[in-house]
Amino acid sequence: MSVLVDADTRVICQGFTGKQGTFHSEQAIAYGTRMVGGVTPGKGGTRHLGLPVFNTVKEAVAGTGADASVIYVPAAFCKDAILEAAESGIALIVCITEGVPTQDMLEAALVVKECGARLIGPNCPGIITPEKCKIGIMPGSIHLSGRAGIVSRSGTLTYEAVQQTTDLGIGQSTCIGIGGDPIPGTSFVDCLELFQNDPQTEVILMVGEIGGSAEEEAAAYITDHVTKPVIAYIAGVTAPPGRRMGHAGAIISAGRGTAAEKFAALETAGVATVRSPAEMGSAVLAALSANR
Amino acid sequence: MNLHEYQSKRMLAQYGVAVPEHRVADNPDSVRAAVAELGGDRWIIKAQVHAGGRGKAGGVQFVSSPDEAVKAAASMLGSLLVTGQSGGRGQPIHQVLIEKPSDVARELYAGIVVDRSRRRLVVMVSTEGGMEIETVAHETPEKILQAVVHPLVGLQPYQCRELGFSLGLDAEQLPQLTKILSGMARMFTENDLSLIEVNPLAVTRDGQLVCLDAKVNADDSALFRHKALAASRDTSQEDERETRARDWDLNYIALDGNIGCMVNGAGLAMATMDLIKLHGGNPANFLDVGGSTTKDRVVEAFKIILADANVRGVLVNIFGGIVRCDMIAEGIVGAVAEVGISVPVVVRLAGNQADRGREILDRSGLRITAASGLAEAARKIVTAVQGAA
Repeated sequence: MSVLVDADTRVICQGFTGKQGTFHSEQAIAYGTRMVGGVTPGKGGTRHLGLPVFNTVKEAVAGTGADASVIYVPAAFCKDAILEAAESGIALIVCITEGVPTQDMLEAALVVKECGARLIGPNCPGIITPEKCKIGIMPGSIHLSGRAGIVSRSGTLTYEAVQQTTDLGIGQSTCIGIGGDPIPGTSFVDCLELFQNDPQTEVILMVGEIGGSAEEEAAAYITDHVTKPVIAYIAGVTAPPGRRMGHAGAIISAGRGTAAEKFAALETAGVATVRSPAEMGSAVLAALSANR
Repeated sequence: MNLHEYQSKRMLAQYGVAVPEHRVADNPDSVRAAVAELGGDRWIIKAQVHAGGRGKAGGVQFVSSPDEAVKAAASMLGSLLVTGQSGGRGQPIHQVLIEKPSDVARELYAGIVVDRSRRRLVVMVSTEGGMEIETVAHETPEKILQAVVHPLVGLQPYQCRELGFSLGLDAEQLPQLTKILSGMARMFTENDLSLIEVNPLAVTRDGQLVCLDAKVNADDSALFRHKALAASRDTSQEDERETRARDWDLNYIALDGNIGCMVNGAGLAMATMDLIKLHGGNPANFLDVGGSTTKDRVVEAFKIILADANVRGVLVNIFGGIVRCDMIAEGIVGAVAEVGISVPVVVRLAGNQADRGREILDRSGLRITAASGLAEAARKIVTAVQGAA
């Protein structure tokens, strides 16, 4: 078991024939992801990377039975791409693109919910169930099928967590990059619920950062619903207030959203926190040993 | 992106929101013309800078003759205003706003923000105008009233009325508040803003609602579809190195420590700063070089980091995902050679081809120390910088 994606997930790519779509689709195919086609308006009926290209998502779904879509289109067109996927019956939409306007996401999130779909991202590395299905830009080679469910707002910092758990032989059930934007499609709480209910996941590693209150909401959810051990690291202890730290969502505004508040909320919820990003893996290992 | 008060007020006026009649001047002669046009015998001269706390810092002056107005403006224009929020160096004043004082009976607050957990815009009002809303939120949260805006239908008049009755407004003032809040909400969505704050929203002695000060931030991600708004960016209010970094698609934020950082990925960049602090050092900056780390970008990143005279050492932390570390190592070696770096540089490479990357660094003959672990890298740079001090 794993969450959201596995060897049976049939994936299409929106923005398939573009530079990003091509490169990362090649990587996904090489990893073993069941890529079944792609969408580029105007190029329907052609083939790309040995797969069929469609003009619309509806045609792609009809032609391939796809249930997941990964979006590599430019930020200005992401709302359109997300809505097209959601209204065409795609169950899992993964938007990698950075720089989607916040108000586009307010509208898109509403429609995605109405359609009963799930959106991961935008501004995220994607989702991977090691050795089965990789949807996104993460390097497949650092992953190992295993016991830790990882959820993170960051990209390379997630790879750091993955590498550490791989090096210690723990491995990952599924890794979900929820992205660094203020309005992510999927939240920490959503992922905690998925991992809590997944038999393969024995421990959950949360990688948060400054800005917003998603980690505090996660802490409240953990208190009430999560029985598996949770480890958390929060980046941005040294971040100055009022400055956007690279990610659109990483900002301490009006004195709220500090790392200190998030660490405190998670510790109150019984989460084992680490102050050093170098210790994420060892803390996961310690939690697993204690849980024996 | 932040707007000046005068830009914010101009936009509010376009949306039918009442603001005092005002003029903007960038030289003393236009100040004299402005007071003549406005008429009356008392005026406020307000420094236009991207920092709050202007009043306490002398950036807002009341004058009662044209000569005084010119004198006050002349003392501001071309100078740096240091406020509690501006940072030590202060913000340059290139324009002043001139308006007639309002006869204020009550000071209210009105603002719109994006509520991240609700995924909605939220309109906030308070009876505690003139105070920092953060302070009100902290000390008397019950004095902040909210209306949640549905993305598809926008702010409704009934919501404005509810807020107006709660603020104790009378029958004459309620429609004014509805007009103001509706205008603000339309302005927010139509321009892809991330913040509007009107503080204070004054009720004058003759019962008029008017926005005395305004703060507007725009969503940088949406500027591509608001060309005029994007053109109103005043880069003189921003750190020069941050502006230069943005031109190179680098994300740089100056801090006050002495260890420069160059990292790929925003989360890892923050984590690297935190790690330096944990090991007893102080980061000089946040810098995300992004995913496609080419030699040119690394050269530019080094130049920007080293433009900070406080920097005594640099930590480069790269997790090679899809990008190969040996290619990055060559970029770093080339950059260090080209820029001619005299401070210690510790480079930590992990991920794709990291071993080969470290070999390239070791063979370079330059003052580069290779590290493989995160903690090891932080320890090495902190030791090198403290040893040099």
